[in-house]
Amino acid sequence: MILVVAEQREGKLNRASWEAVAAAQQLAGGMPIKILVLGGVTGSASTDLAAAAVTEVLVAEHAALEPYTPDAFVMALQGLIEQQQPKLVVFVHSYRTRDFAPMLAARIRKPLITDVTGIRGTGTDAVLMRPMFQGKLSAEVKPVGELPYLVSFQIGAFRADAAQRGAAAAPVSRVEPKLDGSAIRQKPEAPFQEAKAAVDLSQAERIVAVGRGIKSQENLGIAEKLARALGAELAASRPICDNGWLPMERQIGSSGQTVAPKLYVALGISGAIQHLVGMKGARTIVAINKDADAPIFEVADYGIVGDLFEIAPALTTELEKQ
Amino acid sequence: MKIAVCIKQVPTREWQPRLKDDKTWIREQDVSYEMNEPDAYALEEALRLREKHGGEVVVCSAGPARVQQVIREALARGADRAIHVEADSLGAADSFVIADALAAAMADEKFDLVLTGLQSDDQGHASTGVVLAERLGIPHSTIIMDVQVQDGGLRIKRELEGGWFQWITMPLPALLTIQSGINQLRYATLKGIMAAKKKEIRKAAVPAGLQPTQQIVALGLPTRSKQTQMIAGSAGEAAKELVRRLREEARAL
Repeated sequence: MILVVAEQREGKLNRASWEAVAAAQQLAGGMPIKILVLGGVTGSASTDLAAAAVTEVLVAEHAALEPYTPDAFVMALQGLIEQQQPKLVVFVHSYRTRDFAPMLAARIRKPLITDVTGIRGTGTDAVLMRPMFQGKLSAEVKPVGELPYLVSFQIGAFRADAAQRGAAAAPVSRVEPKLDGSAIRQKPEAPFQEAKAAVDLSQAERIVAVGRGIKSQENLGIAEKLARALGAELAASRPICDNGWLPMERQIGSSGQTVAPKLYVALGISGAIQHLVGMKGARTIVAINKDADAPIFEVADYGIVGDLFEIAPALTTELEKQ
Repeated sequence: MKIAVCIKQVPTREWQPRLKDDKTWIREQDVSYEMNEPDAYALEEALRLREKHGGEVVVCSAGPARVQQVIREALARGADRAIHVEADSLGAADSFVIADALAAAMADEKFDLVLTGLQSDDQGHASTGVVLAERLGIPHSTIIMDVQVQDGGLRIKRELEGGWFQWITMPLPALLTIQSGINQLRYATLKGIMAAKKKEIRKAAVPAGLQPTQQIVALGLPTRSKQTQMIAGSAGEAAKELVRRLREEARAL
């Protein structure tokens, strides 16, 4: 049996949970699939997921699971895995999973393969594909050790709409997580956003984004001019905002904004996966980079290998001509 | 406060991947290495905490003899001493093996706080720090953007997705994985480089019986999800051609 651990917060399902269901269905090869919804109050998350073609949806509610802490999740999941005896446990590779899944794997001494983007074969013999070296290489890996294997799937690697729906709703049953609230060591406060973003990049039709290749803050003018000529918003990958060259609110990627503009021009961005998840939904992607092997070219529609300090001004001139 | 910082040596960002003949690992003789970037931010945070609260900063690294390069660099930036778990087999080891190797060498030190980067730029499992916390029997939190020490415990700012954050309080000892950009990095001074030469690096052996938790069957270039049209020519020619295609083919202008 494959156990899919869905992600939800206060009853609101993380859409990527459907991607995990799609991945589990591809991995299953005839194995039954159960979905586990875990939290304080899980609301309609379980009935939403019961539409999937799975054997059962399990709901595990406990007051100590809200707000989320890694200690509570590990305690609950350890017991539920012992009770349910899955051969594979599947997660979304979210910030939350990254926080608790390695602790869970360490505690129950089972293998954990993270950030998986593809599957070859099925069941416990499947080979799992995951990026390495900042996405410059892709590795095919096999877990080594006792079952169950724990696997987290990269967000966006599988399509949520590819998850098969069942002819009828799957049965929903309640399971009791065993939890000692006094053993939780982290005390979280309510989530908050820093000063509201003044720019909503998700609404931009065109975006010019700069990465490390821009080299210094003084060089940003080159990108600004190109953005003006294109009628585009200026954005950046994380290192540029870390350096304070552009405000954090202009950051694209897993820790910043997710965008899907008509046109995305990546200037000197290598294309680390944390950046790609924020922009690969763009309709047309242009990559300009001096490194022909940069991962950004894997998602680009048009690529120019060369010096951005020559190509970006040439593009600006060309656009201003017409 | 007695603070440990775990750092990893990884290939530089400019490194062009080349594979060993059996295609299960990279050709290490071609690689130039540097300190894993998130670990550099963890080191900087440790140095700042020591400046504020006193104590010492101990650099811990697991890997072949070559990782002395980044250990020396960390000492030059201001760490007080180092622990090096040395074995050739650790160069390509998975995060569970690395965490077990570090835990064995670190357990007796009874650190108040252990910092690591949130993930490595090589294998990128984003697991080593969290597994290490579990092995040391201390609580953890991940992707941290601010660390405050108060009332004998920690108040930390954890990054959530999409621009959200949350404050968490937790007791010490604890382990935190640090996000890039939490601070501004300092670089080694000549004085620091000279001083580093006299600082202690304690060698530790890898505990016997560590089993890998995964096997790399093959490494290769990633498959392209799109058919990228590469545009060649001089800057002027390429710019002209790109604008034409964006107008006529992609209709993006």
